[in-house]
Amino acid sequence: MIEFQNLRKVYKSSGQQVTALDGINLTISKGEIFGVIGFSGAGKSSLIRCVNLLERPTSGKVIIDGHELTSLPVKKIREVKKNIGMVFQHFNLLNSKTVFANVAMPLTLAKVDKAQIKKRVHELLEFVGLADKADYHPDQLSGGQKQRVGIARALATQPSILLCDEATSALDPQTTSSILQLLKKINQEYKITILIITHEMSVIREICDKVAVIEGGKIIEEGSVFDVFSAPKTATARNFVSTVMNDQLPESINNLIQKQAGSQRIFRINFVGTSAGQPLLSEIAKKFDVHLNVLFGNITELQGVPFGNLIVEFQGEDKEVLRALTYINEKKISIKEVSAYAS
Amino acid sequence: MLVNSEQIIEALIETIQMVAFSLLFSVLLGLPLGILLVVTRKGHLIENLAVFNVLNGVINIFRSVPFIILLVAMIPVTRFIVGTSIGTTAAIVPLVFYAGPYIARLVENSLLEVEPGVIEAAEAMGATPWQIITKFLLPEALSSLVLALTIATIGLVGASAMAGAVGGGGIGDLAITYGYQRFDTITMFITVAILVVIVQGLQSFGNFAAKKIRRR
Repeated sequence: MIEFQNLRKVYKSSGQQVTALDGINLTISKGEIFGVIGFSGAGKSSLIRCVNLLERPTSGKVIIDGHELTSLPVKKIREVKKNIGMVFQHFNLLNSKTVFANVAMPLTLAKVDKAQIKKRVHELLEFVGLADKADYHPDQLSGGQKQRVGIARALATQPSILLCDEATSALDPQTTSSILQLLKKINQEYKITILIITHEMSVIREICDKVAVIEGGKIIEEGSVFDVFSAPKTATARNFVSTVMNDQLPESINNLIQKQAGSQRIFRINFVGTSAGQPLLSEIAKKFDVHLNVLFGNITELQGVPFGNLIVEFQGEDKEVLRALTYINEKKISIKEVSAYAS
Repeated sequence: MLVNSEQIIEALIETIQMVAFSLLFSVLLGLPLGILLVVTRKGHLIENLAVFNVLNGVINIFRSVPFIILLVAMIPVTRFIVGTSIGTTAAIVPLVFYAGPYIARLVENSLLEVEPGVIEAAEAMGATPWQIITKFLLPEALSSLVLALTIATIGLVGASAMAGAVGGGGIGDLAITYGYQRFDTITMFITVAILVVIVQGLQSFGNFAAKKIRRR
């Protein structure tokens, strides 16, 4: 478990003070994949680096599995760090050493005996799918492979926490996806708590259980990934959600509607979980005297639950449209009129 | 020609002795100093600005004194360390004081080239400062260190030529006393040619070794 209590970090450079973290309170439970998302400069990097004290917080507490880190002596902190693996955006591998030696490094530092290191490293390389690359050097590997080495290295000492600092930001989308799947597998097989820092909402969507949005050194929104995606409260969160869940009408469709003035009304219908499986639209078309025209739609999956929205044009007499709306409301499906488009 | 081949061979051996021993001691002096220059600077492993500033200043002072002056100025120190102030052995002392600080700077440069991310990864693993230096910084900088030492060695070959001023002998001394001062053009040519071969050989070897370490 990771807990931040009123964490503050202020940088002083040439007389100027920059507040990177401004009173962060956050609890990351054991076994969770927790994502922190923010624009660059929001303080997310400072936050993750406070977990293993790569940055010393100016004030506040960092509590890892019951230990308050900032008050521990340096020696004890080094011990705690062996329980926290870290994966970096630019991999930070030793180019002078082989893949094997890189992965073995944390064990070598801990003075584990050679035979045991050998066994463990091969086990790790097998796990990340690089069993055949043990004798390669990092510069002979692709970005995704390098990150797999980074992950294997981070797992060497069997940590209970894994920190991912923009671990996929230097990778192409396909490689990103495969690395995220690997992280998920680690979380499931080893029950490791994973803290991910990213600026890509797709990363959060793909593997996180919970998400916190950070802005100006503060957590401005926090919740399950499902809640934040389906009902983002802050403008920044909405902004991030819209990067992966486009729910704005495209310009061309908008223009089309503007042209055919008439009695049509446009609604946004949100589908969540089981409701996504219901043949709602055809039911309405049969029961009521309305014509339905799907203008735009987006269905995705969040933590294994289907989620999406449709923008639908209702054509018909007011009375019939109203009846249809009542019917939808009864079914507890969220529907909202998109007034901006109906002129 | 005023010199015979035996004199040249003798001078060659003296040069090799001077360069080899002064290189050895210069590295023993310069490598730790170079490492200290890196790790005591602001924000580094064992930040200590007092140590850094003193070291930085002292190294600059030694680096700014022309070698021929250092050679003479060091005479009392040389006499104290090796018991005499003339001869090949005596020349090694000022050469070490010349090349040591130079190597410290070169080492500093090489170590600063190591990706800060590598040090960060080491810190995240809970490595001690000593472990970070020996298992991360030095191995990562090794190839660049070899090139730096090649430069230092060639510098020593050049500086050792002036060691004739304290009776140090060597190829350079031969070139100056016979070739330059007595207008013996052939000796001048031969000695310079030997120096060229030495420098070429050292540089090629350094490049080869650095490449071997870096692979591909």
